[in-house]
Amino acid sequence: MNYADLFRATLPETVLEVAALLVLLVDLGLLRKAALKTRVASAAWIGIAGCGVAWWAVYAAGHAGFSVGSELLLAGGRIAGVAQVGILVLTAVTLLLLVGAEFTRNAGEYVAVVLMAAAGGLIIAAAQDLLVIFVGLELLSLGLYILTAFAKKSAKSAEASIKYYLFGGMSAAFLLFGFSYFYGLSGTTSLAGIRDAIARSGPSPLLDVAWILVVAGLGFKIAAVPFHLWAPDTYEGAPAPAAAFIASVSKVASFALLLTIGSSWLPPQKSFDLRASELARQLHQYNPAWAHLALILLIVAAASMLVGNLAALAQVSVRRLLAYSAVAHAGYMLLGVATVPHYSIHVEGSAVVFQIPGNMGGSANAVLYYILTYGLTAIGAFGVVDVVERATGSDRLDSFLGLHKRNPHLAAVLLVLFLSLAGIPPLVGFWAKFNLFAAVLHADAGPVSLSLVALAIAMSAVSLYYYLQVLKRAYVMPAADETPIHAHPATLATLLLIALAVVLMGVFPAVLQGWIASFGA
Amino acid sequence: MLAWTIYISFAGAVLEVLLPKGKNALARWLALAIATAGLAIGVAGFIAGMGQGHVEIVNAAWVPSMGVHYLLAADGISRVLVLLTGIAAVAGVLFSWNIELRTNQFFAFFFALIGGVYGVFLSFDLFLLFVFYEIAIVPKYFLIAIWGSTRREYAAMKLALYSFVGSAMVLIGLLVAYTASGSHSTALADLAHAGLPVSTQMWVFPLVFTGFAILAGMWPLHTWAPTGHVAAPTAASMLLAGVVMKLGAYGCLRVAIALFPHGLDRWGFAYLGIGSWRDVFALLAVIGIIYGALVALAQSDFKFVIGYSSVSHMGFVLLGLMTLNQIGLDGAVLQMFSHGVIAGLLFAIVGRIVYDRTHTRQLAELETMHLARRLPFAAWAFVIAAVASMGLPGFSGFVAELQVLIGSWSTNPLWTAGAGIGIIVGVAYTWRALQMAFFSDVVPGAHVIEQEQAHTFAAITWPEVTGVALRAGVSLVVGLYPRILLDSIEPAVKALLAGGVQ
Repeated sequence: MNYADLFRATLPETVLEVAALLVLLVDLGLLRKAALKTRVASAAWIGIAGCGVAWWAVYAAGHAGFSVGSELLLAGGRIAGVAQVGILVLTAVTLLLLVGAEFTRNAGEYVAVVLMAAAGGLIIAAAQDLLVIFVGLELLSLGLYILTAFAKKSAKSAEASIKYYLFGGMSAAFLLFGFSYFYGLSGTTSLAGIRDAIARSGPSPLLDVAWILVVAGLGFKIAAVPFHLWAPDTYEGAPAPAAAFIASVSKVASFALLLTIGSSWLPPQKSFDLRASELARQLHQYNPAWAHLALILLIVAAASMLVGNLAALAQVSVRRLLAYSAVAHAGYMLLGVATVPHYSIHVEGSAVVFQIPGNMGGSANAVLYYILTYGLTAIGAFGVVDVVERATGSDRLDSFLGLHKRNPHLAAVLLVLFLSLAGIPPLVGFWAKFNLFAAVLHADAGPVSLSLVALAIAMSAVSLYYYLQVLKRAYVMPAADETPIHAHPATLATLLLIALAVVLMGVFPAVLQGWIASFGA
Repeated sequence: MLAWTIYISFAGAVLEVLLPKGKNALARWLALAIATAGLAIGVAGFIAGMGQGHVEIVNAAWVPSMGVHYLLAADGISRVLVLLTGIAAVAGVLFSWNIELRTNQFFAFFFALIGGVYGVFLSFDLFLLFVFYEIAIVPKYFLIAIWGSTRREYAAMKLALYSFVGSAMVLIGLLVAYTASGSHSTALADLAHAGLPVSTQMWVFPLVFTGFAILAGMWPLHTWAPTGHVAAPTAASMLLAGVVMKLGAYGCLRVAIALFPHGLDRWGFAYLGIGSWRDVFALLAVIGIIYGALVALAQSDFKFVIGYSSVSHMGFVLLGLMTLNQIGLDGAVLQMFSHGVIAGLLFAIVGRIVYDRTHTRQLAELETMHLARRLPFAAWAFVIAAVASMGLPGFSGFVAELQVLIGSWSTNPLWTAGAGIGIIVGVAYTWRALQMAFFSDVVPGAHVIEQEQAHTFAAITWPEVTGVALRAGVSLVVGLYPRILLDSIEPAVKALLAGGVQ
């Protein structure tokens, strides 16, 4: 074990931790007597600067990752790199929204916890070993429980946090139980080692039990049905910047983990020698073992799309509506996750070459594209809800009445973000969906995935209804109260930038796609 | 050059949003300028394109890794429909002259819709076409929900959801066609030459055709149309009937029929004389023609009469498409243009000229108002529009419907017979509405005349006269000299038929 390597590979995490300490130092030391506004702003800006430096550190850490002996613990590049940069950017955006927030007097602590949770996210995104995965997940989750409870004067916030914590603790137990089965089956905690062991021994009922336990654990993190029950309460009760963080950063990290697990089932080498006797088994045994998990994922995906979209129809609280829509979006993305380890084979000379289908790195990149853009849109949506909620005292649909008169900019942001979530072109949400579904169909055009894609598209038609319910109140129905709503200039500027990004990324989808692909396939 | 119709419209939408509040007159004149510029470009492009076939306008790689192109082009069909859109936009602005509520926002949504429509007609990449098609959905919702009348929120939501469900069906077809052809390109020409398996085409064709036909008002998925038309503000119902329904029909032709021609092949078995998707959709079209006409005959609301007449007339377009022969398809495209002009005129007279003065659309109430005497301009404009709508010679509807009937006769005379019944009922409902609304024979008593003289209606304004003259004139010119459009349509249809259909 080489500590210099470890330091290099964990440079981004280190930067975030240092920034967290710096925030505490400045807030509790230097600015103890300063006004709350100054303290919030300085804490947020130090946090944002930390994220910026950590972004640089992701590139500095390079693609090598970190291994002990032959066992890879932390990966670099590809999924890890994209997800890590995504986590940093989205964390910085949620911190920008904090600048105008007033829910807490402990700004330094809040930002420090955010940065530490984000560091947990970075670890998850790169983890290649069950123990590292678990450490990262706990680091992230514990941060999220605290963030949820951060509005100390709000009973709802405390309630949301305790619910989140209880569900989270239980799902962590499931996950750990599942991991212990994997260890029992394979004698190793490394993802690659587990894959090789299972490829040798073939699928077994015990493996299915392990998969189900793991899906239960991770399904909680991404709020997939039937592990989604915490989401509406948490989204409703948590302070808005914390809810935005849960809806974006935590999702990115968890999906990156799912993608890492999926990718570990791709053949370890790009090509095999045709004369190798083990080849036949290699070809045939990776996919069947994965197919069981894929089936579980597809069932969860279909359930999430149906339950999420249908339950959202009945919501009167916009935060709960966003929670159920998040469930639905998790369902769409799980379709992509289930097809990650699909590959095509062709023979070149005496070698069999594996290729990921599609021109852009297959489903994994499509899911990354989706989760990054979805995360950004969700942050913006929570930002708008927060401003409206602070002005009207409620996040009910009716508090959006006449928003276009009360604050036209905010209404325009809401229009762009919600239409993007519904998947209306030329906004980025549409392109993300198209890209994802095309990748899924390209990997597997069988009747099962075709009908699931059809279900997903039909369900996004359903989703337009509830997004329009909010927009209808903002633009169509008469206002009950026409006093203008003022947003903090920093908040408004952030929201407008998010909306602009959603439009621009939708009009020029190739830019982000090319950037993701630049991390290598 | 034609591509500028799209850019000008979207730029216009942005400009209108940025206008300061309260500058309603400025917003109107700006809107008229933008719409006229669009029409001028459309006319110039149409004239420049005469005698030319398929012309590529812009072809840039949009998402190179996935083969998505920003490919704008025009053939005769596109040019005719762009021309129609230009006319509809100018007339729509003229008949929205009295909008006082959130005027700049109204025109912003209006031009976002118009831009999307121009885009659909000029896109030759399926992905791009789909993007424009969906861009057109959202503005419709807001136009109806904010500025509409009768049950506007219900109608707007119904229209938005019907459109979105239709486009979801199209999206599935798009994804299947794209992946089945190897995910190389979404250009229409490449997809058409991809050689999709017949078994795939057999199920994708009805899916995509139905998806588009929802917007074309195909029975029994037409129910958004009458409620939507009635609830919409006049300009929006003119656009709905005038161009939006054509988007659906155009998609059926350009995408469903051109990309999945084998979906129209015979199934190999027949039940009750129906042996292919072609028979199914032709039957639905004929039912739509007769059903729409019969329901229009029974309406008490003037605008509903026109709304259902649109369903009936669009049935001719769908029937023309299903003939799959030169003359039938020519007729279908010409009927798109003709109905776009005439239905817009009818909605303008009913929704703007009459309703804004009488504040009722109930035929029973209009019957007591002696409108022929009090609003002679409206009465005579409606007579012209009604004659055109009934399909009398000399107006565009006659040429179009005649061609559809000839085309369908050579395919299946039973279809022609059904459509013929629809024409006769069409005369009946138009005549009934005309008589009840304007020429009632209730003799007014002396005191009624006094009363009416005391309450004169507002004078007819210049935008109304211009708008009516524009539309009636276009219908008359095309009716008297249909070659002006047919010369463009025929080669395009021929190329389309040669490109795969039978």
